[in-house]
Amino acid sequence: MTTQNSQNMEAPVSKIKTGIPGLDSIAEGGVPRGRATLVAGTAGSAKTILATQYLYTGIEEFDEPAVMVTFEETPADIRRNVKSFGWDLEAFEHQGKLAFVDVSPDPGQGFIESGDYDLSALLARIEYAVEKVKAQRVAIDSVGALFSQFTDSGTVRRELFRVAARLKKMGVTALITAERADDYGEIARFGVEEFVADNVIILRNVLEEEKRRRTIEILKFRGGPHQKGEFPFTISEAGVEVLPLSAMQLTQRSSTIRVSSGCKELDEMCGGGFFGDSIILVSGATGTGKTLLVTTFLAEACRNAQKTLVFAFDESREQLLRNAIGWGIDFKSWEEEGLLKIVCEYPEILGLADHLLRMKKEILAFAPTRIAVDSLSAMERVSTGKSFREFVIGLTSFIKERETAGLFTATTSSLMGGTSITEAHISTITDSIILMRYVELMGEMNRGLTVLKMRGSWHDKSIRQYEIDGEGMHIGRPFHNVGGILAGQPTQIIMGEQEKMLEMFEK
Amino acid sequence: MQYSFKLYVVESALTSIRAIESIVKACEANLPGQYELKIIDVVKEPHLAEEGKVVATPTLVKELPPPKCTIVGDLSDAKNTLATLGFFSRRLKV
Repeated sequence: MTTQNSQNMEAPVSKIKTGIPGLDSIAEGGVPRGRATLVAGTAGSAKTILATQYLYTGIEEFDEPAVMVTFEETPADIRRNVKSFGWDLEAFEHQGKLAFVDVSPDPGQGFIESGDYDLSALLARIEYAVEKVKAQRVAIDSVGALFSQFTDSGTVRRELFRVAARLKKMGVTALITAERADDYGEIARFGVEEFVADNVIILRNVLEEEKRRRTIEILKFRGGPHQKGEFPFTISEAGVEVLPLSAMQLTQRSSTIRVSSGCKELDEMCGGGFFGDSIILVSGATGTGKTLLVTTFLAEACRNAQKTLVFAFDESREQLLRNAIGWGIDFKSWEEEGLLKIVCEYPEILGLADHLLRMKKEILAFAPTRIAVDSLSAMERVSTGKSFREFVIGLTSFIKERETAGLFTATTSSLMGGTSITEAHISTITDSIILMRYVELMGEMNRGLTVLKMRGSWHDKSIRQYEIDGEGMHIGRPFHNVGGILAGQPTQIIMGEQEKMLEMFEK
Repeated sequence: MQYSFKLYVVESALTSIRAIESIVKACEANLPGQYELKIIDVVKEPHLAEEGKVVATPTLVKELPPPKCTIVGDLSDAKNTLATLGFFSRRLKV
């Protein structure tokens, strides 16, 4: 019985690595081998770049020769356009590893249609090119342009079916690009998906709140698993890079080593300090001392000759240096020693996916043991909920993978109490949360700090008063008999004699 | 030869056979002794199809005299015969 079943089941289709960063991860191995995959996208969604990158990387990294069939752009244009990524296609052509089949329309030379025809010449040319360079990868870009060259779309569709069948017979793994009219509509124009129905990837370039957000979605891979849903990608100076967020597995080891925050009392409140590979969120209104905590955190590492990297989105480098000097901390000398690196950027200049990519590159290049981001809220202001959450997940998982400690600050909009939107997004991702709030008592603005969460460790549950002076932060006693601090309405609780007595005996 | 044509075909295809018939007939009728017709099978000589940047079959290209002119199809369209398309007319040099 069992043998019969296993004979009936189709063996899973094997995959070939595309070599495009992140894509193989969400594709769980790559694209189906020996098959055609449709890449559909609206105008400007990076179809041609992806197709070209697929071929280039195939030759460069896997020594798999390739053929590019272009219906729209001339080979000369394609060669020129990808030079900015550092891809020298001409060199591969000279080496006999890449061949173009130029089916781009000649603006000077039109032709007249009279009677029936088929596209056998196209088929013959493709086959010729594949045999010439012994191609294993083929890209066809883009079928819509072929429909534009001929009036009989029925013939074109039928012939494209022949092309797809021939490609399969030749055993090449093909990417075929097609246009879509809408980012969220039918799969492709001209019903093209009917003949490349098995494997479909969709590229989107959606305008959200004045920013472009590029995503890639593997709609289906017949006979093969893949991650579902949209994933953000960006076009860096090296080409397309996909950011596989949820595809990141939770494989990080958990460190039990504690690192100091730089403030002894805070370490005690946390049960001995932060864990060496944890993500710590510090949330508070403006002026509550978040930057001081960041400064202390960084200084602690530098004093122990450990490298730290800080991303400042709210202040300039000069401001940071000046503030630090005010607390007796000299960032400049550590910068010169190469222990500290300050990266300041306006959040507005890039989309979040691009920011994430740049930050990852900085972290990889500098290899710090501690990272601070001041503040996450600056990023939140310039993005939508979806992209912000993706950014945070992408950054925190990257940091966790490298087992570094990451300190993030978030600004609450209300002065006293309340939560920030940032917290709502990332509170489940963080390991530790520290809240800093103003406490209005008897006509004075005091400050209260509490460790709300400390995953994996005991922590002090009280809300303690703290002060900031020229020497830094001093955390004092807990607020006694005051309730409603986190709600933003601190009130003193006057206990009656009886209750006081009862309390004494309960202990 | 004053006229030079190239006809790209797949020899076994019906459309190609029709086209060859039509063209030979039309050329004999209009340009007896004045034309040269080269028939290229794209399956046997794909490199020539690549050179000529030909996509469809059959494709007829008038190379000489200029201007270059291309017709795609088996010429069975009664409205668009070679004659009506001016395939045999000379362009005057201005």
